[in-house]
Amino acid sequence: MIDTILQALVNLLTGWHLFYMMVGVVVGLIIGVLPGLGGIAGVSILLPFIYGMDPVSALGMLIGLIAVVPTGDTFTSILMGIPGGSASQATILDGFPMAKRGEAARALAASFFSSMIGGLIGAAVLTVFVVAARPIILSFSSGELFMLSILGLSMVGVLSGASLTKGLLACGLGLLLGSIGAAPATSEWRMVLNSDYLVDGIPLVIVGLGIFAIPEIIDLLRRNSSISETTGLGKGWMQGIRDTLDNWWLVVRCSAVGCIIGAMPGLGGSVANWVAYGHVVQTSKDRSQFGKGDVRGVLAPESANNAVQGGDLVPTLLFGIPGSGSTAIFLGGMILLGLQPGISLIENRLDLIYTIIWSLAIANVVGAGLCVLISRHVAYLTTLPYVFVAPFMLMAIFFAAYQSTTAWGDLVVLVALGVLGAYMRRFGWPRPPLLIGFVLARSTETYLYQAIQFHEWSWLWRPGVLIIGAFTMISLILGMRYGRASIDEGGQTGQPKTIVPQLLFGGFVAAAFSYGVYDSLKQSYLAKIFPLGLSAVALVAALVVLGVIIAGRRDHPMNFDTEAAEPEGILSMEHFMVWLLGFLGVSALFGFVIGLAIFFATFLHFKGGAPARLNAILTGSAVAFMVGLSYLFVVDFPSGLLQELVDMPWPFR
Amino acid sequence: MVSRRTMLGAALALTALAMPGTAPAADFAGKTIEWTIPFTTGGGSDVWARFFAPLIAAELPGKPTIVVKNVGGGGSITGTNQFAQRARPDGLSILGTSATTQFPYMLDDPRVRYDYKNFIPIMLSPTGGVIYVNPSLDAKSAKDIGKLKGKEMKYGSQGPTSLDLVPLLAFEILELNVKPVFGMPGRGDGRLAFERGEALIDYQTSSAYLRNVVPLVKQGKAVPLFSWGIIDDKGEFARDPTFPDLPHFVEAYEQAYGKKPSGTAFDALKSFIIAGYAAQKPLFLPKGTPKDIVDAYTAAIQKVVSAPDFSQRAGDEIGEYKQQVGAVAERTLNAALNINAESKAWVKNWLTTKYNVKLGE
Repeated sequence: MIDTILQALVNLLTGWHLFYMMVGVVVGLIIGVLPGLGGIAGVSILLPFIYGMDPVSALGMLIGLIAVVPTGDTFTSILMGIPGGSASQATILDGFPMAKRGEAARALAASFFSSMIGGLIGAAVLTVFVVAARPIILSFSSGELFMLSILGLSMVGVLSGASLTKGLLACGLGLLLGSIGAAPATSEWRMVLNSDYLVDGIPLVIVGLGIFAIPEIIDLLRRNSSISETTGLGKGWMQGIRDTLDNWWLVVRCSAVGCIIGAMPGLGGSVANWVAYGHVVQTSKDRSQFGKGDVRGVLAPESANNAVQGGDLVPTLLFGIPGSGSTAIFLGGMILLGLQPGISLIENRLDLIYTIIWSLAIANVVGAGLCVLISRHVAYLTTLPYVFVAPFMLMAIFFAAYQSTTAWGDLVVLVALGVLGAYMRRFGWPRPPLLIGFVLARSTETYLYQAIQFHEWSWLWRPGVLIIGAFTMISLILGMRYGRASIDEGGQTGQPKTIVPQLLFGGFVAAAFSYGVYDSLKQSYLAKIFPLGLSAVALVAALVVLGVIIAGRRDHPMNFDTEAAEPEGILSMEHFMVWLLGFLGVSALFGFVIGLAIFFATFLHFKGGAPARLNAILTGSAVAFMVGLSYLFVVDFPSGLLQELVDMPWPFR
Repeated sequence: MVSRRTMLGAALALTALAMPGTAPAADFAGKTIEWTIPFTTGGGSDVWARFFAPLIAAELPGKPTIVVKNVGGGGSITGTNQFAQRARPDGLSILGTSATTQFPYMLDDPRVRYDYKNFIPIMLSPTGGVIYVNPSLDAKSAKDIGKLKGKEMKYGSQGPTSLDLVPLLAFEILELNVKPVFGMPGRGDGRLAFERGEALIDYQTSSAYLRNVVPLVKQGKAVPLFSWGIIDDKGEFARDPTFPDLPHFVEAYEQAYGKKPSGTAFDALKSFIIAGYAAQKPLFLPKGTPKDIVDAYTAAIQKVVSAPDFSQRAGDEIGEYKQQVGAVAERTLNAALNINAESKAWVKNWLTTKYNVKLGE
């Protein structure tokens, strides 16, 4: 076996094999840096090229890409507060505050170094488990998988900020959003509002971008400055590496968390980064800095999300069942190469399995190194006036969102969730629990349903269920004990002059759950039980919050409005929401390409005061970039009324 | 490389010009053909299209480029609707669908706004499937199906209107007490539930069966009962050449009940077996495409599939069944899509009463 392992390494390092792996790494980093695009988009780009390639080159290229996406993801999360991908959402909570106070270099170094270690641990785990994990994975029945989902949900306790009730309600909103679409048990349509788009459910990428990125962009535009409050990256590369080494045990633990979650079917990086973040908050003595720029809040999710890839590949290679979206496409790639994942591949082509593992390890090291090299240039963006950066960010976000299903619904839902996220931020409703609820909604419901169908209630006594249940109890107790001291999102509240806006928003939340109750009553029993139970409980809690805001003291933690602390004369959130709607509107009229040009030109003129020449250059390069990307992806842009009436040539189609 | 190909193309074109009468009128030189796949990247249909795209491109006159365009969502209904609405009959837009696209059309799903009568089938890629059970049920072969009656067997399913409609209908006709557990994201997850011992009966399509279930059979962890079989030239069930030792569905029914299956339910099953397996992945041109272009495609694909190394290149994912081209493809597809009204009504009613699926609302 050692022979095979070494032979695979030598093979990978000879000839063109290494070159192709580097191609994968570079594409992976670019995809990672672009917000919202993740491994799925990356593998899709490379897939057409692999037909006819030799398997070692092709596998190296695909794995090189998959391995580094969560490394490159980190840039926008830390530097701009925009999730670079669904596996780097939790990194924002502490990474972005660090960048704002001038510690971007330290945060990035810590992130890249811990990503690398996480990736290497993932590769090591894969080496061992690809030959030994079959019985372990088969011992996880639907009951254990359900309990794992509950364990993930229990992290809401420490991610709720000042008010646990609001945190639980936000989680409930996430679960409700996640229940939209065809019910897992019966395929009945739930809460689809007569729209074909919602039948498939809302894509995770859109929820992440809407809830985190758009509110951040609006907020930065209101501040009317650059992202970084100091200049540049700051020093601290060595400090970041030292942080990682000082917290080596944390990095190892979170990598283990990543591997385990990655190996479970249906759970992946988007869950792992939150669980790792919850874990570090629960197990730290000093929690005062979480959410305000604690480096441990960067180390935990970043080591976990790279380790996920190693875990992810265990079920992919062992059973031919993808652990995530990107491994699903990777599976398609293997089939194109004539390789059939499954036990026979492991028995007959162990050399290729080790090629995959070596690619994973080497790509993680190379990827981290390249990230360090390019970070100075990427970080330069944070020192530019944000008003020039924002349109590019919006463009990238809209494009990424549109890649989810290439439907107009993608953009509409993105903006709607952006507005929701902005008000959640304003009124102190924590957003991380919403994400956790959303990523776990489907697996929680599906596995509960399956466990009961397969085992009735006897699954509750399976040893695995009991063990994970015990972990969940510990997590809940820790969460309740430290809930108050745990993270908040950094917003400040003053003494609100009026509670009317808060009441309106609280009323909206209550109305959403009322709709959940109303809609679920129309469904059959198996489709109804989950959204109904959830909505009914949440509705009561929402009414309690409303009551406390009306009747309670003005300094009660539930009474929260960041507007009370804003300086005089600052432009309102709604001002920029109207700009966003305007972007959507011109795109609906003229199609995305022309709409983008109009939006860029007007925004840069009125908001940025850009001279005509600069305006033309920026607008032109934005359109050119979009057209180039669309050529690579082979997708049409969202079309508008104009395209309905007149047959336009590419790329205006 | 490119220049050599171009020169070769030019040489071929010259040869064609030099032979009057054989020169195809259709010419795709310098054109890009868009092949719409109404599924996301990496799925079975995507892999199928990406395998065929360069091969077909190389055989079409003028050697165009074929790009695969994935328009996922809505269980493939969205992308197919879009193609039906937008595609022009100029040979530059082609469509590949799947059983998942055929079934909602046959069941009058209200979201379907495409009509297969408006598509011209050029090629059909068939597949098959095998039903197998847990050894603890004490069935050794299809002869023992009678022993299974009355035993409750769970089955991990993707949903009653997915490709799983076929096994669920088959269980109904065989009077087996199968309790489907829905919500499996893919057939692979159903197999995992079988391997965990949670599900006692399962089925896989041919390539997945060969790769993942045959090892289980060898270890004594799974017992195959029957395959769907194929429909021969006379329109009758015949044994699947990939599984010559396994009885097909009709044989299995005869072994269990001593008579051939018949009736409305069986007619419906037959239609859905054809639409789901014999005609699983069709390639279409839009209706109204000029005859010379249709002929050029038919000839190109005929060349691709009759190349001596075709089945070896295709591997067991694509090449285990004989690809159907042109008129043969059209006949098979029509046999499936012209499901009789009585069978259709029966299936819709059965879906509603048994699985609470309401179609046509």
